[in-house]
Amino acid sequence: MKRTDLKKILVIGSGPIVIGQGCEFDYSGCQAVKALRKEGYEIVLVNSNPATVMTDPEMAEATYIEPLTVDSVSAIIRKEKPDALLPTLGGQTALNLAMELKRSGVLEECGVEMIGADADAIARAEDRNLFKAAMGKLGLDMPKSGSAHSLEESEAIAKDIGTWPLIIRPGFTLGGTGGGIAHDADEFREIVSRGLEASLNHEVLVEESLIGWKEFEMEVMRDKAGNAVIVCSIENMDPMGVHTGDSITVAPIQTLTDREYQAMRDDSIRVLEAIGIATGGSNVQWAVNPKTGRRIIIEMNPRVSRSSALASKATGFPIAKIAALLAVGYTLDELKNDITEVTPACFEPALDYVVVKVPRFTFEKFHGADTRLGTQMKSVGEAMAIGRTFKQAYLKAVRSLEAPLAGHDVASFDPWFRAQLEEIEAFRKFLASQKNLLTGFTGLTGLMSKDNHVNLVNPVEKDREASLLLRQAKVFGFSDKEIAAAIGSDEITVRNNRLALGIRPEFGEVDTCAGEFEAKTPYYYSCYGFSTGLTRFTRLPHPTNSSNLVNPVNPVKKKIMVLGGGPNRIGQGIEFDWCCCHAAFALRKMGIEVVMVNSNPETVSTDYDTSDKLYFEPLTFEDVMEIYEREKCDGAIVQFGGQTPLNLAEKLEAAGVNILGTSPKDIALAEDRDFFRALVNEVGVKQPPSGIAHTVDDALKIAQEIGYPVLVRPSFVLGGRGMAIVYHEERLREYVEEAVKISEGRPILIDKFLTNAIELDVDCVSDGETTVVGAILEHIEAAGCHSGDAAAVTPPVSLSKETIAEVERIARTFAERLHVVGLMNIQLAVKDNEVWMIEVNPRASRTVPFVSKAVGWSLAGVASRVMAGEQLPTQLPNHQTTKPYFCAKEAVFPFVKFPGADITLTPEMKSTGEVMSFGVDAATAYYKSQAAAGSPLPHPGQGGIVLCVRDEDKGEVVELAKRLDAMGYEIWATRGTSTALWRAGVESNALYKIPLGSPNTIDLIKRGKVKWIVNTREEGESAAHDSVKIRAAAVAAGVPVTTTLAGFAEAVRGIAADASAKGSVPRSLQEWHAS
Amino acid sequence: MNYEKKWKAERERAAFLALDDGTVFHGVAFGAKKDTLGEVVFNTGMTGYQEILTDPSYAGQFVTLTTAEVGNYGVNSADTERRALFLSGLVIADLTEPSNWRSEKSLDEYLRENGIPGIYGVDTRALTLHLREHGNRKAYLCVGEWGTGNGEDEAIAKAREWEGLDGQDYAAKVTCEKSYEFRLQTSDLGLRKQKSEALSPKSLPHIVCYDFGVKTNILRSLASWAKVTVVPAKTPAEDVLAMNPDGVFLSNGPADPAAVTYAIENIQKFLGLRSFSTGLTRFTGLSGATPQNPNSVNPVNPVKNRIIPIMGICLGHQLLALACGAKTARLKFGHHGCNHPVKNLATGKVEITSQNHNFAVVPESVPDCLEVTHVNLNDNSIEGIRHKTLPAFSVQYHPESCPGPHDSNYLFRQFREMALATTSKP
Repeated sequence: MKRTDLKKILVIGSGPIVIGQGCEFDYSGCQAVKALRKEGYEIVLVNSNPATVMTDPEMAEATYIEPLTVDSVSAIIRKEKPDALLPTLGGQTALNLAMELKRSGVLEECGVEMIGADADAIARAEDRNLFKAAMGKLGLDMPKSGSAHSLEESEAIAKDIGTWPLIIRPGFTLGGTGGGIAHDADEFREIVSRGLEASLNHEVLVEESLIGWKEFEMEVMRDKAGNAVIVCSIENMDPMGVHTGDSITVAPIQTLTDREYQAMRDDSIRVLEAIGIATGGSNVQWAVNPKTGRRIIIEMNPRVSRSSALASKATGFPIAKIAALLAVGYTLDELKNDITEVTPACFEPALDYVVVKVPRFTFEKFHGADTRLGTQMKSVGEAMAIGRTFKQAYLKAVRSLEAPLAGHDVASFDPWFRAQLEEIEAFRKFLASQKNLLTGFTGLTGLMSKDNHVNLVNPVEKDREASLLLRQAKVFGFSDKEIAAAIGSDEITVRNNRLALGIRPEFGEVDTCAGEFEAKTPYYYSCYGFSTGLTRFTRLPHPTNSSNLVNPVNPVKKKIMVLGGGPNRIGQGIEFDWCCCHAAFALRKMGIEVVMVNSNPETVSTDYDTSDKLYFEPLTFEDVMEIYEREKCDGAIVQFGGQTPLNLAEKLEAAGVNILGTSPKDIALAEDRDFFRALVNEVGVKQPPSGIAHTVDDALKIAQEIGYPVLVRPSFVLGGRGMAIVYHEERLREYVEEAVKISEGRPILIDKFLTNAIELDVDCVSDGETTVVGAILEHIEAAGCHSGDAAAVTPPVSLSKETIAEVERIARTFAERLHVVGLMNIQLAVKDNEVWMIEVNPRASRTVPFVSKAVGWSLAGVASRVMAGEQLPTQLPNHQTTKPYFCAKEAVFPFVKFPGADITLTPEMKSTGEVMSFGVDAATAYYKSQAAAGSPLPHPGQGGIVLCVRDEDKGEVVELAKRLDAMGYEIWATRGTSTALWRAGVESNALYKIPLGSPNTIDLIKRGKVKWIVNTREEGESAAHDSVKIRAAAVAAGVPVTTTLAGFAEAVRGIAADASAKGSVPRSLQEWHAS
Repeated sequence: MNYEKKWKAERERAAFLALDDGTVFHGVAFGAKKDTLGEVVFNTGMTGYQEILTDPSYAGQFVTLTTAEVGNYGVNSADTERRALFLSGLVIADLTEPSNWRSEKSLDEYLRENGIPGIYGVDTRALTLHLREHGNRKAYLCVGEWGTGNGEDEAIAKAREWEGLDGQDYAAKVTCEKSYEFRLQTSDLGLRKQKSEALSPKSLPHIVCYDFGVKTNILRSLASWAKVTVVPAKTPAEDVLAMNPDGVFLSNGPADPAAVTYAIENIQKFLGLRSFSTGLTRFTGLSGATPQNPNSVNPVNPVKNRIIPIMGICLGHQLLALACGAKTARLKFGHHGCNHPVKNLATGKVEITSQNHNFAVVPESVPDCLEVTHVNLNDNSIEGIRHKTLPAFSVQYHPESCPGPHDSNYLFRQFREMALATTSKP
């Protein structure tokens, strides 16, 4: 029964998107918050990530977009006085934070109860020694291991185990940060040192290697009555040794006999009992020796995890929602299965399909990074696919990636999977060899009689053979495009022939029960079967007609398809999914039926109740068309899912899809250099001189004409892929040679780069006639750093009224001239009070959720209504561009996962996520955003500051250093900077350059003496330079590094502002909006 | 492997399953090359195809496995529930090659050796939804030539003509020929060590198990704490009594419980609802199975003044209910799977259970002498009963699992306690 002694519950989110903690925790948080509010609880929510649906102001009574730190959350707890804290839905971040809050005593002080998992249970699961003891008591087999707090201790353990390789795992981290596999003593020492630093409790576990063993996971739900169910079982195709997050995984488990499976099930449930998980979901990981069947427990997560998000999407069982309800006292048998609405939630989903998840890597972004897969997670996103067979699911998942599947050593896969993959390869070759047979199809269309049915059941011998072959290829899982490539045809021809033969996919349902009961929540996937289309139902209607096919609730209801963004990657992530969700919310409110298509299991858009119908399918032309035609949609929205659906727009339109909003032609026009240049001139905006190059010679000539530095990039990319600022000819030559490869024949764009300009991001909504500017974001970093990586504030702080008016005029004019219906983002640069045009994107941008949170209304929601035909002015709640508060955005980077990669910000985007902060002035907001991004700037006395700046920055640095000196900071500086400071009367400790001796910056970092590094970089430095090493060491040690003077100046102002604002009460989003 | 050949061969091995309502499902033949008749049922379990294949309860049925990939872990000699296979055929979506350290042969090989045909590539979901809508169907599996219109019509006609399972006593077809003592194999000995307390072999209670198609794991579960004698389905109650049992076990089995009249009468004797007879022809010519007054029961067994505890599983459960005066009826498409939530009404705890039955006890027919102890949370059907005054209980589902979760193992312990409580041995 539901607890009635609790009224107000605090839910902690997972903060910015980082590797190992993606948007799955927005999905789980949303589910939990929705469920708890429906039960009548008041929700207080804390999360620093503005691109989440959970931080939408409607989701909770009080939403705090504040740093996830003990100080900040303690202040919120003291203000809000919640009855309970639910820490199990915000990933490792929330769990760690909850433990820190518990230790700090604030929970006790304010009488806050931890629900879902208590501190003892969390400690038992997370602390390797306690865990080992608990598992030992259960009699479970474990790898030989020991935990160490120093290098010496670890070496003793290694000697004890006596075999290489050894696994090193740091305690209390996320995504296996700092761990690794050591093959010899040298490697061992290096990884252990790194691990000790990464661990919050300075502890590493040294372990017998299970590399090559089969790896399995079980998702367990347990209630306070002791009822326990396995929601989903998962088998990794990659064996032990590859981080689960980077592994290709399959659900359900494929290669265990019932005996082995049931023994693992029993033990998984016993593990939850032994750890003391009273209620909720946990995942338990196992390794099985493929030769002997010896089974070893790896670990368990006492919380909703990345795997639980996958398990939820794979089975239809809403783990996070149920976990939240169990935490407030319900038992599993009291809750209903949302999918069937009649059977109880106390059951184990049965799957009649196979689910495959494949990781998405972005190694191309991190030059110099180690691309080998290991125990440290490196992927930034994932795609999931559902098929009637493994092969169908696998091939679908791979084509959802929009990229080759990198980093996987197929030879190490389980033999069953390897056999399946070999078959796929062999069939590809076979298809290619069957050119003649398949090209015979074109003739087949003419042979079809009026009565297709008869022809298919009794086809003439030759055509029957060909038609069966095509069917076999589809049943196997190949796309039209892949078949076309194999037979030297094109996608459209194969598609037309396939349609003429009546070979269409069946749509299966994710129904939790393998068809045993009727599913009420429509959640579909496509598949092909031998029987499909051939099955004879002469005396009865097709059975799937009776429950499973398109039955619009209201036939006059308009139906709109929203195309999602596919797997997360750098430059295309949760921000776009947020837009898709808001499209669904807004359209459903208008009474329109929403059909969502996406392949990303981490997202809110693929939650079963975000849209009216969910298709878990790849975002390709073929897959989208099948759904569009099956559903008979009235239109499709392509401008919210990032570049993925935009790339399909023209093809879909040509095939008859009604693209809503700005037309694909106009979107393409914005990319047309000549048209755009003419338009810019006409509107009267300056534009840096530019040119288009197809060859190295072209490029050199253009650069000579417009003068260095130049900004170069391949056309039509998102996230600044391949974008760079080039200062001299030699580098330009290198760049163009390489870029020609990446851009697949598309030209290279070369712009004059504006040095030291202020960059602006402008997001607006237009209905084609009226345009509303949502907000203008001013970047902290000067132009040249990718807009996705730049810190920014809104409203702008250094623009004159006239400049703002000019910016708004430019936005309105462009929206009108490009016939924008929906969203538009403009990037501008301001230099010496002149506005320069950088680019216009008539689509959703990464900043839309941030801007929406800042202004208090959803730009994506409003844009969706406009696209559905509403007029703009009727529905804007007293919008004004200036507010009595400021918002700052800061990016979060994955450098710590890529040791060796350069962390300098460039025009190529590298950040995985972002945080938002509110403040009464821009400086406070910025200062808070640094803490929220995980790089809190130190208070005086907490640690020293290292200053190391290039010559042209020295003048300004002196002024800022004076202020820091006055506040009592200890300042260290490299020689040149130190001299400059000394001349200005600021005392500082001088540092050597690294090769010249001690003390140098790296020593200081290692000794924990320095807590902030300001390091601005010389132009055109080689990667071997000091600053690269310094930044790398700082990243590894978690010391914030400021790489721009503008950022430094803002930070100093922020420190001063924070000092004067000490003890102020945090304000919720709702309070800011009302102010 | 030559894939061109493989695909070509698949096209040549085209097969179909024709239902008596005229629906035909296409696929590719594997296993034994022979056409068969049977009733089509579906099982939603995701593991345990080998246990399902060897479960005699599936006699006369085509088992459609809804799980996507079958054959992945091969077949081994330890996981069989019975040496002979009784099902009519296997219907699956995809057949794969094994990858498991315990695998000894492929599924295809195993079916061929045991003379059971199979069909893969079937749209098993469409078939399952069809059965869900229209109930279990009689069917004909054709593994010969790719069906022309005529072949399909013939097959449909054959399916229609088949007598079906209703009113059929299949227990008699699958039971053992003569009684034997079941002993744990060396590989099973861990079971006894784990589960049995310090009982010397001499003091083990003696359980006599009626074999209506018993699964081996039931015998293993019993033998972990008892001496187990397995007797043929038609063994007279008097003969069993003569074996001096401390408990009588009623096994699972195929088809219609109401057709197994002799068993019902035997059970009534153990319950004291019917007198033990002395003549040799005592069971012939009896028609009804309902005792005159099931509520006025003589709880004491007239022989040796002892009450013999009874436990039943699946068909055994239905027979116990029938013997007490309840009625059984066919469910629309039965329960076949490993994920059915069953609530123990006494403890309130939910067990995830393994199920395989088409018939069930009709709730309205439960007499006063019986108490419902377990219900299925999906459809509220009866999953367990207990006699109010006698040591007799039964469950509709499979606490011995194999395949399926082990949540309900405690029922065997419960039976053991009953047997020990009444055992008269020193």
